[in-house]
Amino acid sequence: MADFDDLDDTGRRDFLLKVTTVVSGAGAAAACYPFVASMNPSADLLAKANTEVNLSGITPGAMLSVSWQGKPVFILRRTEQQIKAMTANNGGLYPEQDSDRVKQPEWLVVIGVCTHMGCVPNKEGEGWTCHCHGSLYDDSGRVLRGPAPKNLEVPPYRFIAADKIMIGEA
Amino acid sequence: MPNRIIKWIDHRFPLTSFIKHELTGYPTPRNLSYWWNFGFLAGFVLMLQVATGLFLAMHYKPDASMAFDSIQHIMRDVNYGWLLRYMHSTGASAFFLVIYIHMARTLYYGSYRAPRELMWWTGQGLLLLLMATAFMGYLLPWGQMSFWGATVITNLFRATPFIGDEVVVWLRGDYAVGDDTLTRFFALHYLFPFLIIGAVVVHLVALHTVRSSNPSGIDLADKDNIPFHPYYTIKDFYGLGVFMIVYFLVVFFFPHSVLEPANNIPANPMVTPDHIVPEWYFLPFYAILRSVPNMVGGVVAMGLSVMIFAFMPFLDRSRIPGGAHYRPVFRLLFYIFILDILVLGYVGYVLPTSQTIAIGQVATIIYFMTFSILPFVSKAEDKWLFKRGLPPKILALIASEEEEKRKRSLR
Repeated sequence: MADFDDLDDTGRRDFLLKVTTVVSGAGAAAACYPFVASMNPSADLLAKANTEVNLSGITPGAMLSVSWQGKPVFILRRTEQQIKAMTANNGGLYPEQDSDRVKQPEWLVVIGVCTHMGCVPNKEGEGWTCHCHGSLYDDSGRVLRGPAPKNLEVPPYRFIAADKIMIGEA
Repeated sequence: MPNRIIKWIDHRFPLTSFIKHELTGYPTPRNLSYWWNFGFLAGFVLMLQVATGLFLAMHYKPDASMAFDSIQHIMRDVNYGWLLRYMHSTGASAFFLVIYIHMARTLYYGSYRAPRELMWWTGQGLLLLLMATAFMGYLLPWGQMSFWGATVITNLFRATPFIGDEVVVWLRGDYAVGDDTLTRFFALHYLFPFLIIGAVVVHLVALHTVRSSNPSGIDLADKDNIPFHPYYTIKDFYGLGVFMIVYFLVVFFFPHSVLEPANNIPANPMVTPDHIVPEWYFLPFYAILRSVPNMVGGVVAMGLSVMIFAFMPFLDRSRIPGGAHYRPVFRLLFYIFILDILVLGYVGYVLPTSQTIAIGQVATIIYFMTFSILPFVSKAEDKWLFKRGLPPKILALIASEEEEKRKRSLR
């Protein structure tokens, strides 16, 4: 046990005080975690994270817009001409090969959310135009004109049949 | 009998002395103009928003499938629901108008300078809280403008380094703005006014410590102070009457001047309206956001354009009292700044063309330029004015106030 003289030693008390402060501070911070985490997407939203799409009704050159995780996904069935035009260059502001952006050249699947401020671009002629701030994308979803900083995002998806894709899992 | 009740209370709570200290005996400069009404008006609009908001909340449903219809229910079926809603929506605009005038007065008269820096900074905090509250309230009607406004603004947080995408999902509680976003915005929209009330109390305690500034910019001696009540209560109430006439003119006759037509279309996550405009009180800041071609740069510039006001006590290095009143160069700078904000507001309102983008960029540069040249301009102006000699009127005023203070201290 403590020597009589040790009672005058404030170093140990200071140490205990500091340790207690640190531990209780860490405890208080840890107690915040559930509250912060509760604001992340809930389990039922995560369960709905995949969307199955039947591609059979889409004619060449036509586009289908489906909802995945609450966001629009553009599925463009590209014509031979469009594929040729898109593989000929690497896009504009954010160069990327067309082959890296598709699983099958005929099918372009991109998230229809402008990478600038999150508006939905409109299909206008070749590619897409965002009406919010004027960004322009080509038929590979690559950004040609700002202010959007990046190409339209390609969601994780896979072909589960010849004419069926599952968006949400790669 | 009432005296005995008051005595009983005073024994347990400082009621009489509080009223005397803060109201009937609170010394206020006798030369305050009507520009000093707007703090009181802001407090009044705050109470108005809390009251109308409380009754709206009794009929509103914060659920994505019901929110839009519940607004229609309020407008058509609830007794006087239209009045509550129009008072609340007009009140939001009135709040910003009053606050912006209040800020402009502070800037013009240099009221942010020592010893009132803390008032200015608590005011800055109040402005941020007000902006957040207004933004979250705007999502609640769940119309197209609500939805896409919230989408664009929550997207700004993508500029957060490293965890930008995660922060956006966390804020929304979903991968896109959705039901979870709406419900939490409603909860926070109800909470934030209480934070505002708390900050207002701090603002007022600071005010009653440093006392009101006045158009002369000189701390006035006792002979030039009058009790707040009844002299300024009556002046504030007169201003309130004028304010109410304008406010109810909008509420009753032009309620849609502060509402966007596109918001009468229910939110549709699949289609963005052709032209997204924020509410008028955000337009200048929105124009700054759009003027910077780089996304992160735009977000930083917009944040800075709001927060830069906090630096005013450091940027203004002049010792001349009375702000723009006795400072011709500062006054010119002030009017250029106000004009610049109006130009930015216009640029934020119209569709972006190469011409308006160019105007917006020039205006953005002028906006930040006025702040960044202020330290040098104010210092040079200070030197020039002192060399030339202050106007005789202000010298006489300073002398008389000094004399008064000296006499008091001798007594």
